[in-house]
Amino acid sequence: MADRRVLPIRSQEDVVRVRQATRESTVAQGFSLVDQTKLVTAASELARNTLEYGGGGEVEIAVVSNPPRRGVRLTFTDKGPGIADIEQALRDGFSTGSGLGLGLGGARRLCNEFSIESTPGQGTRVTIARWR
Amino acid sequence: MSEKIPILKMGQFLLVTIQVDMHDQLALQLQEDLTERIVQVHARGVLIDISALEIVDSFIGRMLSNIASMARVLDAETVVVGMRPAVAITLVELGMSLEGVSTALDVDRGMALLRTRLATR
Repeated sequence: MADRRVLPIRSQEDVVRVRQATRESTVAQGFSLVDQTKLVTAASELARNTLEYGGGGEVEIAVVSNPPRRGVRLTFTDKGPGIADIEQALRDGFSTGSGLGLGLGGARRLCNEFSIESTPGQGTRVTIARWR
Repeated sequence: MSEKIPILKMGQFLLVTIQVDMHDQLALQLQEDLTERIVQVHARGVLIDISALEIVDSFIGRMLSNIASMARVLDAETVVVGMRPAVAITLVELGMSLEGVSTALDVDRGMALLRTRLATR
């Protein structure tokens, strides 16, 4: 399997494909079932955000083998409107859309690493990683 | 996006087994179809088997809550059965407690729970 792959996020079916590709990477890295489930769930939340709020974009799925660390890193990128107030966007229950507002904050809780960069008018990049 | 999740009628109950990785539109479609069927067949209970689901994210979680609420308004009880342990752990960490949704470990217990609920109403 390649060390990294890039998938488009342009439709709801793409979101499903991102979940499946994330699952494959976590299995290849020997994640426990709970850890697989956590990262796939976080990927689903962020892929949906990329589609719904970012107007579509892409995700890079990277398998990180950096002994003693092994894990999977996902980078979601869009060229959407960006996030004006990141602190607010991370708060549970905050949503500008029709969701529950659990996406960003929830995804952060499900990962070991989480970072977000956003420039209003230019887009958003969210990077998450989980180590086995 | 023409595929649909089948809804089976078993006596007074409707049984749904979700066996595919649903995209969001499919989940919304199921929500709509179920509420329509409840009214159509005068169902008193809905049993949703999610044992094949590898994840439940906030969208699917919300769909389950919505179905339970809509069914309640239509005088039907909903029980969600078969949640995998890893899914339960993840769901709670995500911040969802599925409030208002009754759960049971498997289909048999779910059916028993529905029958008890209806008998005591």
